[in-house]
Amino acid sequence: MAQASYPEDLLYHAEHDWARIDPDDPAQATLGITWYAQDSLGEVVFFDPPVLGATLTKDAPYAEVESVKAVSDVIAPLSGEIVAVNEALPGNPVAINEDPYGEGWLVKVRLSDPSEREALMDAASYQASLA
Amino acid sequence: MTLLTPMDCPLCSAPPELFGRPGRSDPKATVPNLLRAASRCQRGVKLAPRSLAAGSRRARASLRAVNSAPPVLRRTPLYGEHVEAGAKLVDFAGWEMPVQYTSVRDEHMAVREAAGIFDVSHMGEIETSGPQAAELLQRLLSNDVSAIPPGGAQYSVLCREDGGVLDDLFTYRLEVDRYLTVTNAANHVADFAWFESVAADFPQARVSDRIDEWAMLAVQGPLAREIVQAGADGPLPERMGTGLTRISGEEVLVCGTGYTGEDGVELLCSPEHAPRLWSQLVRRGARPAGLGARDTLRLEVCFHLYGNELTVERGPIEAGLGWCCKEQTGFIGADAVRAVREAGPAEKLIAFEIDGPGIARQGNAIEGGGEVTSGTLSPCLDRGIGMAYVPTERAAIGTGLEIDVRGRTRQASVVEKPFVKKRA
Repeated sequence: MAQASYPEDLLYHAEHDWARIDPDDPAQATLGITWYAQDSLGEVVFFDPPVLGATLTKDAPYAEVESVKAVSDVIAPLSGEIVAVNEALPGNPVAINEDPYGEGWLVKVRLSDPSEREALMDAASYQASLA
Repeated sequence: MTLLTPMDCPLCSAPPELFGRPGRSDPKATVPNLLRAASRCQRGVKLAPRSLAAGSRRARASLRAVNSAPPVLRRTPLYGEHVEAGAKLVDFAGWEMPVQYTSVRDEHMAVREAAGIFDVSHMGEIETSGPQAAELLQRLLSNDVSAIPPGGAQYSVLCREDGGVLDDLFTYRLEVDRYLTVTNAANHVADFAWFESVAADFPQARVSDRIDEWAMLAVQGPLAREIVQAGADGPLPERMGTGLTRISGEEVLVCGTGYTGEDGVELLCSPEHAPRLWSQLVRRGARPAGLGARDTLRLEVCFHLYGNELTVERGPIEAGLGWCCKEQTGFIGADAVRAVREAGPAEKLIAFEIDGPGIARQGNAIEGGGEVTSGTLSPCLDRGIGMAYVPTERAAIGTGLEIDVRGRTRQASVVEKPFVKKRA
């Protein structure tokens, strides 16, 4: 994805993560990294998915993504338990660059405290934080 | 996201701890700065964190603070070209340098398969001249300076008395009594002071800091010579040679050297001429490549990076650079180097490949002793590669290594250097 993009339906964390709350189930969310994060990292060459059932704590790292240049922690925007990981990524980590909000999703989480979403930013606030 | 490990880069030198790894557990340390990833770049230098578009109010506050301070980053004469090409610029050894233009991998492959062009004007130059120039350099440099013919080039290290490596350098013999030594950006000031202090004992030798007089471009890759030759008035010097040639209408010092393992040249020209030279070479097909690709290219061919493989803590023998040390010349540090050569080094610099997935990075510890000095994903091999110091008894080709990659053990094997060989 060449152009910066921050979909309106997502919630954002200052550490450049997004969360998509399941419209049918407010206690479930899909997580990933933002356009800004993948652009800053450069081409992602390695992603080692966390294990199913692992616990996420808001603001703490739960996974790593690596570009040629560097390895970066991925910070949990919300707390919960991992119920799905994107199994396609280890074989095609560049999906994180090409489609950070779609094919490049990282994990799905059963949220332990759905009210934590109140602390996240909407697209406009996140974009403002990048300016 | 928080950056854990900075990029190893071909010209970097500062110790990794200066990177200030953002603590995983310290929420205040989250000034995210993914771009800091690009920090450790290129020979002997490291990039200070640069608060580019950081994602927090605190970060923006600090950016304002940075902006109100006097400008501290130096720019090369090609800064405008980099900005125009959309480069990601990072602070590298106090210079605002392009780490990549489009993609590290694409720039890397362009150099392996066609031609890339790098701005390396941040590197320093020291000119040594006069009747005692050779004598002075012989005292300073580890290699046999008397073996450089006029129009020749030579690689060497600069050692302290105890053999610790201060820098690694290319020296070009421009005229019978005139030499130009190229330094790593981060070491340039200290190198020049070292040259000057030793020169006090050689009254017939003069050393001059020439960093402001030269811009430096590296054109590398199988098509590099062809591209440069097309704009040149005369033949280009052979590999490891140097000579003046008019290119794009101005005298350029052309050197048959490089840092990528590919054929190519390095061009030294006046800062005023650099933009025209750059643009013409880009028009002819040399693809702009940043410090990121420079690092992966050099690592694939196992070239040392000051600050990673070379530091004052270790000598040239451990680093596998005994071939450029001629102790009989009596250079500063020769006795220490000879002692290590005769006794055999306790550890050696090896090349390794990760057996499965994963990428080791600088500073990762190795089970049984030793540590990774550089690590990346090889764009050519598409697997984790790196170099590391290990105890000599574990340095044999084929030895299995267990590398602690941030708490996770990765199996690796000692392999032959280099990882990638130039195509015949």
